[in-house]
Amino acid sequence: MKNMAENHVLSIKDLTVFRGAAKILDRVTLALGQGETLALVGESGAGKSTIATAIMRLLENARVTGSATLAGEGDLLTLSERKMVKLRGRRLSMIFQDAGTALNPSYTVGRQLGTSLQRIHELSKADARKQAIELFTSVGINDPEGRMSAFPHQLSGGMQQRVMVAIALAGSPDLLLADEPTSALDVTIQAQIVRLILQLTRERGASCVFVLHDLALASQACDRIVVLYAGQVVESGPARDVLERHRHPYTKQLKSCVLEIGAKDLVAPEGTVPSHDQMPNGCRFSTRCPRAVARCAGEAPPLVPARQTATGPLDHHIACWNPE
Amino acid sequence: MIAQTLSETKAPLSEQSIFELIEVEQVFEVPKPGRSLFSRETVGLRALDGVRLNIRKGTSLAVVGESGSGKSTLLRVLLGLDKPTGGRALYHSKPILEGRASGIDFARDVAMVYQDARGSLDPRMTIGALIAEPLRHFNIVPPQDEAARVSQLLDRVGLPADAADRYPSGLSGGQVRRVAIARALASEPSVLVADEAVSGLDVSTQAQLLILLQSLQRDMGLTLIFITHDLGVASFLCAEIAIMYLGRIVETGPTDAVLGAPSHPYSAALRAAAPQFFEPLSEPLSGEIPSPLNLPAGCRFSTRCPKMQDDCRLKDPQLGKLGPQRAVACLHPLEQQ
Repeated sequence: MKNMAENHVLSIKDLTVFRGAAKILDRVTLALGQGETLALVGESGAGKSTIATAIMRLLENARVTGSATLAGEGDLLTLSERKMVKLRGRRLSMIFQDAGTALNPSYTVGRQLGTSLQRIHELSKADARKQAIELFTSVGINDPEGRMSAFPHQLSGGMQQRVMVAIALAGSPDLLLADEPTSALDVTIQAQIVRLILQLTRERGASCVFVLHDLALASQACDRIVVLYAGQVVESGPARDVLERHRHPYTKQLKSCVLEIGAKDLVAPEGTVPSHDQMPNGCRFSTRCPRAVARCAGEAPPLVPARQTATGPLDHHIACWNPE
Repeated sequence: MIAQTLSETKAPLSEQSIFELIEVEQVFEVPKPGRSLFSRETVGLRALDGVRLNIRKGTSLAVVGESGSGKSTLLRVLLGLDKPTGGRALYHSKPILEGRASGIDFARDVAMVYQDARGSLDPRMTIGALIAEPLRHFNIVPPQDEAARVSQLLDRVGLPADAADRYPSGLSGGQVRRVAIARALASEPSVLVADEAVSGLDVSTQAQLLILLQSLQRDMGLTLIFITHDLGVASFLCAEIAIMYLGRIVETGPTDAVLGAPSHPYSAALRAAAPQFFEPLSEPLSGEIPSPLNLPAGCRFSTRCPKMQDDCRLKDPQLGKLGPQRAVACLHPLEQQ
């Protein structure tokens, strides 16, 4: 992991989050290059959304240790709240899972976007309106001028999510965090929104972190994949390495549960994720792992390069004592 | 063979079919959009518009479509909860509502697993009491055998026997779905209707439930009607598929054949939109599903169809046969390789 500090828009090191006695994130380490898209995948309780919320400094009632460095700004976790207010929307912004509840129901969508634009670019009301219409056009909203005066409930789920994308991109951030941006939408609309986010971030040269539960969608949308289990990173690297040359037993299990069209074989994994008071000190997957050995439960495996080549270690890492 | 032309649905096929829907329409009168506060103007919302469907005994059918396509309304008609405003909905060749009114046999024979499993269970009742309720209601077993049957059912759906003393709040999402399935099975039905029974779950929990449903369907000879939006789930669990768009079934047939080579452009678009490992992201359909208050002229898919031709705006295609087992509602079905 030596090259991690260089040329990265975002570099997270040993991010740990406690909520009460429960450690909901355990030493999460990952990095994101300029213009890259990265998917955080895993099942519920894996800590995917917690990572995104921790980076935005929107976590409440939690104790956070470790660091999350944004290029040019330093460690986001130690910045003053005043500084964070300046950064949110300008350097990093977030698209939330359920646009229907993330938007304010009592203001028109035009006003919600206009307010962001006025605040970020210090524009006059008229200029903000002009830019808002432009942004609505770029996210594919029909009749953008008419829709400026619509309230969120008057828009379909897909349109609401487009408004969210427009608001998130209002300040041309370098880092966009998209927390399950399409899980509430129909598949044909999902394809529209994911393509839109990718196209707009690419145009702006921004980097993007997607929180996803759909591995196949992650492989289509993202360059890199980080697989999480119960708050620990188990495997990370380029999408093809992680999904096709995976070495961690959990990645294998997760992938085998994905139903591809035409698939007739399915092996259901045993058991469930242990609750936090029963979480093993070592590898958290050890209670369900078919390859668990004696040291797994007691000693947490470090995240190490998955394989060596003649030119040195690849950027594909796993945390496992007994990999495939 | 789920779709037949009208002349063929009479005899003898109808004897083996459990449900038969012939040109079913369901129109709801809803307040006219933009009416004034005191106006009583209403407009008809065509939730179902000419649905043809034939469900054979022992089959497994996936009903697939996006939100607003009429899946849930179709379900309500099948369960006899709503009387269709047009067409005929038959259960064993008799109108569903008649069957439902004539006694408890229909309710016993056709069981339902609701989408919101947690919401369908009374939070103040133990799991044991929840499963015993249908047993008692339908007089399935004598009272002294009730406890034994409850633990038998728990075991059948893969829950530990001690779950009987717990409350729904103490169970995980996957376990709650299992309880809902056990409750549905308690009345010893021959038809199981499940509305999005595995959606919103983690993939590993989903895999466990799908394997359970598959084994139940095979071992007990159940007829399974499974509403889902996930084509992967449909293709794993169901032998046949019906794809809905704006209140009409636009394509039916064996799941593998339909998904392998869709003949309706909408089926093809759904197929392409399903995420697939390392395939480039599909070119999405333009626009969104139109409002059922204002159906497009001609083919209802013509506003979004990539293969639209001139006559599509003029003529409304009905579901018609395409080969021995398939049917499609399209004037210009896609070529089969």
